[in-house]
Amino acid sequence: MDKFTVLTAIAAPLPEENIDTDKIIPARFLKTTRRSGLGVHAFDSMRYRPDGTENPDFVLNQEPYRKAEILITYDNLGCGSSREHAPWALLDFGIRCVIAPSFADIFNNNCFKNGILPIALPRDVCTQLMEDARQGANSRLTVDLARQVIVRPDGQEVPFDVDPLRRQLLLEGLDDIGQTLQHEKAITTFEQRRAKAQPWIPHIVLD
Amino acid sequence: MAPRTLFDKIWDSHVVETLPDKTAILYIDRHLVHEVTSPQAFEGLRLSGRRLRHPDATIAVVDHNVPTSDRTLPIEEADSRNQIETLERNVREFGVPYFPLLSARQGIVHVVGPEQGISLPGMTIVCGDSHTSTHGALGALAFGIGTSEVEHVMATQTILQKPAKNMKVVVEGQVGPGVTAKDIMLAIIGHIGTAGGTGHVIEFAGSAIRELDMAGRMTICNMSIEAGARAGLVAPDETTFEYVRGRPFAPKGEAFDEAVAYWKTLASDEGAHYDRVVELRAEDITPVLTWGTSPETVIPVTGNVPDPASEADPSRRAQMQRMLDYMGLEAGQKIAGTPVDVVFIGSCTNSRIEDLRAAASIAAGRRVAPGVRAMIVPGSGIVKAQAEEEGLDKVFLEAGFEWREAGCSMCLGMNPDRLTPGQRCASTSNRNFEGRQGPGGRTHLLSPAMAAAAAVTGTLTDVRELI
Repeated sequence: MDKFTVLTAIAAPLPEENIDTDKIIPARFLKTTRRSGLGVHAFDSMRYRPDGTENPDFVLNQEPYRKAEILITYDNLGCGSSREHAPWALLDFGIRCVIAPSFADIFNNNCFKNGILPIALPRDVCTQLMEDARQGANSRLTVDLARQVIVRPDGQEVPFDVDPLRRQLLLEGLDDIGQTLQHEKAITTFEQRRAKAQPWIPHIVLD
Repeated sequence: MAPRTLFDKIWDSHVVETLPDKTAILYIDRHLVHEVTSPQAFEGLRLSGRRLRHPDATIAVVDHNVPTSDRTLPIEEADSRNQIETLERNVREFGVPYFPLLSARQGIVHVVGPEQGISLPGMTIVCGDSHTSTHGALGALAFGIGTSEVEHVMATQTILQKPAKNMKVVVEGQVGPGVTAKDIMLAIIGHIGTAGGTGHVIEFAGSAIRELDMAGRMTICNMSIEAGARAGLVAPDETTFEYVRGRPFAPKGEAFDEAVAYWKTLASDEGAHYDRVVELRAEDITPVLTWGTSPETVIPVTGNVPDPASEADPSRRAQMQRMLDYMGLEAGQKIAGTPVDVVFIGSCTNSRIEDLRAAASIAAGRRVAPGVRAMIVPGSGIVKAQAEEEGLDKVFLEAGFEWREAGCSMCLGMNPDRLTPGQRCASTSNRNFEGRQGPGGRTHLLSPAMAAAAAVTGTLTDVRELI
């Protein structure tokens, strides 16, 4: 996983609520056995017309937002399925940070695990940042994870909250498994204790 | 000790260790694996030289991609075939128990787990699929995870998570005729919205929930995710214990009695704290369906499609209009009488034997309306076999329904079962998002009985007219 420290980038405004995981990546594109290559299908139904040509009205088909690395939306971004293909598609498109008033739980988790920083901010702040984003290519936002602030194009700083453990893992680009395995002794102890207390828990063994 | 909820008790009994920021290393009892969200996780294990910590707590099955037509023929779609073959290679390499495509035990992972007694009360259960919440019907803490977490569970048999908040949804009273678990759950989602449960685990309680059979409870918990919740739960009771008794992988004999004694301790304590409580009266719930492209767009089947002009917020108003345009509906129109092209009865929400019986009771002696394609997709090979034993397949076939093999099918259209652009579908599945059942497809979510009513009348219909 890539580290996330300071990101200065173009932000794309997508002022919609309840952007679901089927919108981010429709199910018919989930047949891959790899993590990469999904960017071309990100927001497929909004980005392309039925004949496969680009829909010029969709923000990510417009300059400068084709190069957006930040996405700003309204409430409940990523609702729906648990498919990690949703953050993989965003990441493959180039998105490293998503900003919204709220996120669906699993999507929020999946973002962190793929080096995408989800930032929850009040709706009116999201609206302001969308206004900033509409000012064009020179109007970039800076997301500083170490200082936990977004720097607006006029220099004003917007502070944000982030889970301290998640923040640390993103800053260092660490994956969870290695970290959990440092607690392997505790896992083994737990298993031994439970095998005694609840010996009836069956093992799944097929003939 | 302070009074605890059902969620608190399952959570507490699975915490291996609490990290300084209150993240728990939570022990996982059951890991269900399918072909779509696992290949990248197995690949991750391979690259890091890791193995599964507990293959004997893991079960794999193919469901999302599988054709629901003749299984003895090769799978035509190359990328679907590749995903299925990849899973088969992975389960062999990593020693994971697996129900293959031609096994009678194959089916939708959330039907198979409870049916086989693999999912049990008091357990923690995960799967790389958001509808894992289904297993909460047994009184298990069950939730969907992403692929990175799938790999984490494979390697460590744990997951990193912060405790959820407690929410209780109480439905008291007795539902009227034609009102099913699906109607109750859609009514709840319509009431609290698709973000109503965010950050919470919902415990469903009240007499209308307690009176449901296990299939009904599974329908309710299944769609907890559509209410934004991390998981849904129903306290285990005699209905649960009778359901579990004798299942292939459930404890037997004395071990079963010991397990039941433990399961009986799980119900929420008197005076336990809930962060949010929502109450509905069963008598107020009628047969319902969705009109839009979000599961919260619920109206009674006797109702009218809402008018965006009545919405004050401009972005919400625009979104409502977009939904109407997509769905090909007019503001204010009566929803009943709208013609349908396709009827889909299946999915992890509504494909159990009880669901098929409900649909068959409406289909019996009637004919699918001309021009309507109506499909029945049982949730598992076992459900299919039981339905055939009861003669339900004949009822459906004589009425002009298709009788298909088990799988996720048209719920998400990863296999060839898809809507074509503009087709309108009465569907017993769980999501009506744009393009969910196929690009340009229009989905109305409803109960199996309502779906069967739509099939035989050719329009969205109040099932009570056919009872």
